[in-house]
Amino acid sequence: MSQIRQYELIYIVSSDATDQQITDLHTQIEEIVGRYSGKLERTDNWGRRKLAYEIGPHKEGTYVLDVISGSGELMKEIDRRLRVSDQVIRHLTVRVDEENLTIERTRTIRKETSQRRRVARGLPPERQPGEGPQRTEDDDDRFGADVDEAI
Amino acid sequence: MRGEGRGRSSEGRGGRGADKKDGQKRTLFRRRKVCKFCAEKIDDINYKDVKLLGPFVPERGKILPRRISGTCATHQRKLQTAIKRARQLALIPYVTE
Repeated sequence: MSQIRQYELIYIVSSDATDQQITDLHTQIEEIVGRYSGKLERTDNWGRRKLAYEIGPHKEGTYVLDVISGSGELMKEIDRRLRVSDQVIRHLTVRVDEENLTIERTRTIRKETSQRRRVARGLPPERQPGEGPQRTEDDDDRFGADVDEAI
Repeated sequence: MRGEGRGRSSEGRGGRGADKKDGQKRTLFRRRKVCKFCAEKIDDINYKDVKLLGPFVPERGKILPRRISGTCATHQRKLQTAIKRARQLALIPYVTE
């Protein structure tokens, strides 16, 4: 049995394509996701954007971002379909679940350490609203010292 | 390492005026660089965030080296993958003449 993983899929649709074609493409992807019993978690249409460089005749494209949970086979199939498609100029699939997990972990660790330190100094665990400017001195002495030094 | 950097920069500060006068010697003074991502506590270097990556891709389109930007090794590595992904999606140019 293949594992369920989270992927981000971004594809660039040619600017010649109509809105209808873009939605058609999207339903096609949805259908594939359904067929492989995956889950389409989020879709985000960035709209038309200028490309940083020309890809063949294209100078503009519509970016669509999909967050999909599913197996590797599912992504393989989507990849194959997008490669065949004429309207899609480019696409990229990135596996994100592990990265998100590490990011989440570093965030919680940082939060916990800061809370622990604050409690040890006899302060409330959360930062108070009026505390703003003191923060650089407190948790980030390295940066503060460097700025002073540079001046 | 940190102490060394400090010593160097304070030394440079002393020599700065002299360097300015003859204009020949290269100035030793250097502002101590801090990794942007460490200082601002940015955990997620995402390839979709062109605004974040922008300063690390100068006009020519090359990735800004660590020795200039001051980014730490961990973050430079993450930055590198993010920039390369963004390039594939034509969010950032490969080269600009």
